[in-house]
Amino acid sequence: MFAESKPILAALCGVLALAALSSAWAGPKIETWQTSSGARVLFVAAPDLPMLDVRVVFDAGSARDGGRSGLAALTGAMLSQGAGEWDADAIAERMESVGAELGTGAQRDMAWVSLRTLTRQPALDTALETVTKVLAEPRFDQPDFERVRENTLVGLRRAEQDPGTVGKKAIYRKIFGDHPYAADPSGTQESVAALAREDLGDFHSRYYVARNAVIAMVGDLTREQAEAVAERVTAGLAAGEPPPAVPPVPELAENLLEKVQFPSSQTHVYAGQPGMRRGDPDYYSLYVGNHILGGSGLVSLLMEEVREKRGLSYSVYSYFLPMSVRGPFLMGLQTKNEQAEKAREVLMETVRRFRKDGPTDEELAAAIKNITGGFPLRIASNGKIVQYLAVIGFYGLPLDHLDTFSERVSAVTAEDIRDAFRRRVDPDRFATVIVGPVQDQVAKARAASGA
Amino acid sequence: MKRAIIPLVLLAPLLAHASANVQETLLENGLKVIVKQDQRAPIVTSQVWYKVGSSYEHGGVTGVSHVLEHMMFKGTAKHDPGEFSRIIAEHGGEENAFTGRDYTAYFQTLAKDRLAISFELEADRMRNLTLPEEEFLKELEVVKEERRLRTEDDPESLTSEQFNAAAYEASPYRIPVIGWASDLEHLKAEDLREWYRKWYAPNNATLVVVGDVDAEEVFALAREHFGPLKLEDLAAPKLRAEPAQRGEKRIRVKAPAKEPYLIMGYKATALGHGAEDWEPYALEMLASVLDGGSSARFSRELVRDSRVAASADAGYSAFSRLPGMFVLDGTPAKGRSVEELEQAFRDQIEHVREEPVTADELERIRNQLIAAKVYERDSVFYQAMQIGRLETVGLGWPLVDEYVEHLSRVTPEQIQEVAQQYLTPDNLTVAVLVPQPMDGKQPRRAAAGGHARVR
Repeated sequence: MFAESKPILAALCGVLALAALSSAWAGPKIETWQTSSGARVLFVAAPDLPMLDVRVVFDAGSARDGGRSGLAALTGAMLSQGAGEWDADAIAERMESVGAELGTGAQRDMAWVSLRTLTRQPALDTALETVTKVLAEPRFDQPDFERVRENTLVGLRRAEQDPGTVGKKAIYRKIFGDHPYAADPSGTQESVAALAREDLGDFHSRYYVARNAVIAMVGDLTREQAEAVAERVTAGLAAGEPPPAVPPVPELAENLLEKVQFPSSQTHVYAGQPGMRRGDPDYYSLYVGNHILGGSGLVSLLMEEVREKRGLSYSVYSYFLPMSVRGPFLMGLQTKNEQAEKAREVLMETVRRFRKDGPTDEELAAAIKNITGGFPLRIASNGKIVQYLAVIGFYGLPLDHLDTFSERVSAVTAEDIRDAFRRRVDPDRFATVIVGPVQDQVAKARAASGA
Repeated sequence: MKRAIIPLVLLAPLLAHASANVQETLLENGLKVIVKQDQRAPIVTSQVWYKVGSSYEHGGVTGVSHVLEHMMFKGTAKHDPGEFSRIIAEHGGEENAFTGRDYTAYFQTLAKDRLAISFELEADRMRNLTLPEEEFLKELEVVKEERRLRTEDDPESLTSEQFNAAAYEASPYRIPVIGWASDLEHLKAEDLREWYRKWYAPNNATLVVVGDVDAEEVFALAREHFGPLKLEDLAAPKLRAEPAQRGEKRIRVKAPAKEPYLIMGYKATALGHGAEDWEPYALEMLASVLDGGSSARFSRELVRDSRVAASADAGYSAFSRLPGMFVLDGTPAKGRSVEELEQAFRDQIEHVREEPVTADELERIRNQLIAAKVYERDSVFYQAMQIGRLETVGLGWPLVDEYVEHLSRVTPEQIQEVAQQYLTPDNLTVAVLVPQPMDGKQPRRAAAGGHARVR
């Protein structure tokens, strides 16, 4: 039984909605509209819990840094450090005194501001009023800017202590070369040190605008209430313009190798190349294929070959990260230094064999059952649904993306996967990054093996 | 002692969720089954919690609980190695396991009509694990890689491991969950067999199910699958009480790193350990006063105002099997030393010992707690975690719906009292990470640990 202080009618509606839902592969019912300022809204009513999740996303990730690496991330981090008449203390106090949670961040494509709050008053009004100012009137005060920049530099130095992070940053640089996706969103010591507060103000004015925003909302609101919330949250934003498209990602010309000297007990191996974009025509073939290859955790082919059969690594994986333009196809593992080259060979051999042979019928059937059978889990919480809404809205995916997802996954054949992998994964154009202390040995072995 | 005025009447509707939809039963073989109905989505999470973890271990076999957790996926008489995961995957399930100081737990989340699949497999591996030598040897290598990844190559984690070993003398909380490197090196399949026989039994486990299910049906299903399992003669773990600390301890941990790191821990108490119950709750509230969000004292005063810290945390848990520590940790801001950060932490502690916290601070924390209680219902997994954990450390699941009220009753005077009693200089252990150059060709050596390892 639902036992909260909710009218019986609302609770019943929730039960009925879910009953209808569980009968098929349907996703949640998404409502969409535009605010008067031009922001797109995606909303799912979720009346079971007296709470609201809002995620406002902008095309304002590090792909928009324009050579000032770390700018998008620092801008995001500064939003909550002072806005309108409130300083950082006041913003924190306002949100936390009503139990609301505020988050900001930036990846390569997206920057976001997220809010989770109770829908009772005064929590809802206090939280919305605060978020509205944070979005529209960040102060970027010089002392706060300097503090956050200095702490970002400390964070960058701590990241240099971690061989996995060092390798991850290096493989993106290797795969993307001169493309804006090459740089890590957190920037570098040099680029962050060179940022000025004016850069943040300019970046905010250009990109934190209504026509560059998508508002995802899931919670205990009626459509009318949701419309009012969306209007309110975007009230302070200029209409503005969406930015031009991110440039296309060029192919790698050849195999590339970078060795990073690191005093670690393990060697981290990354290999990758440009993969696919959101809305890619090969999306489902590559997604299901990769699920079999290295995307299904403990039961993937890579896990079987590298960990289960040989005990070479604690974690090994592959994934396509679809982005505005082609994001990476990335594989990774880590192992004790002496066996790094052996593990790398197993990794590359497994992907070559999969590209050539594709999945067996049993592997494909198991993958489809896993993905479609797990569909209810993907949309089982407001927290998950709001993330899907943001992705659907940001990348302009069809509104029935979730409804048709299982059906389209089920339609993928072994031949589709073989075909897509042969066209889209090139075994002679991999970027490889090796982080660890025994680089010369590894490089020698690698040259000898002709990889 | 004066009680703070709490608007409990206002909270009631939000917290009314409560235990009404939780039911429990005890099978004849001692397995406790707890079911919480949550109909928001057509899914179910099923978790088996064993009362065993690194704090049950002794020297020479440290890490055995965690290695055994890995081996639980390596086959029974009925199912080959790896088949467990394949079957769950085929049914669209998510699964994994984790080991902590006080527990080892296994979970599957599935569409609600697949619960029987999970029960059949979990019941099977509760008593029928084969532990083949060859699989053990391979998996041990995987665990050693996990230790390298999480501990050896992470200077802050390494510092934390050595901090715990330095702070605790007799308490088994000194043992890293993943085990000492040398113990892993010499672990034998026979050690696992003994551990498995000793602790993996229905009368040492709790089955927690949360989701869109009917409790009576779940009980029937549990009786069908787990009912036939034989119980075991259990010997309760020996107490191994920590002796009173008689003066501050300090260690320095040298490792390749770029930034220093500081940990300061005061020996504290836990629920059910001698002290009155309000004491652990007061320590929980104190941790929130210091670090319960961006408006708490550490963010406000150490990060934003004095700018001595790039990051500063305070942590304490009332809900552990044995008394733990009240721990502060952080990284100094650029241009500030680790000594300055330590002094700032000491000043913060001195302040709470001398002056009561304000009513506003407690009011803010109460509102955060109430909201978090609503938010947690967005996840069946998290709801099951809370039940399983409280049950397994011996406090009982009803506390899941009661602890917010206990915390809300804590007064400023009580917080001051626990600060004066526990956060004393003689009760303190300090660990400092001293960064060493990272350009050396020598790989890192040594050992460390968080409190939970995921497979």
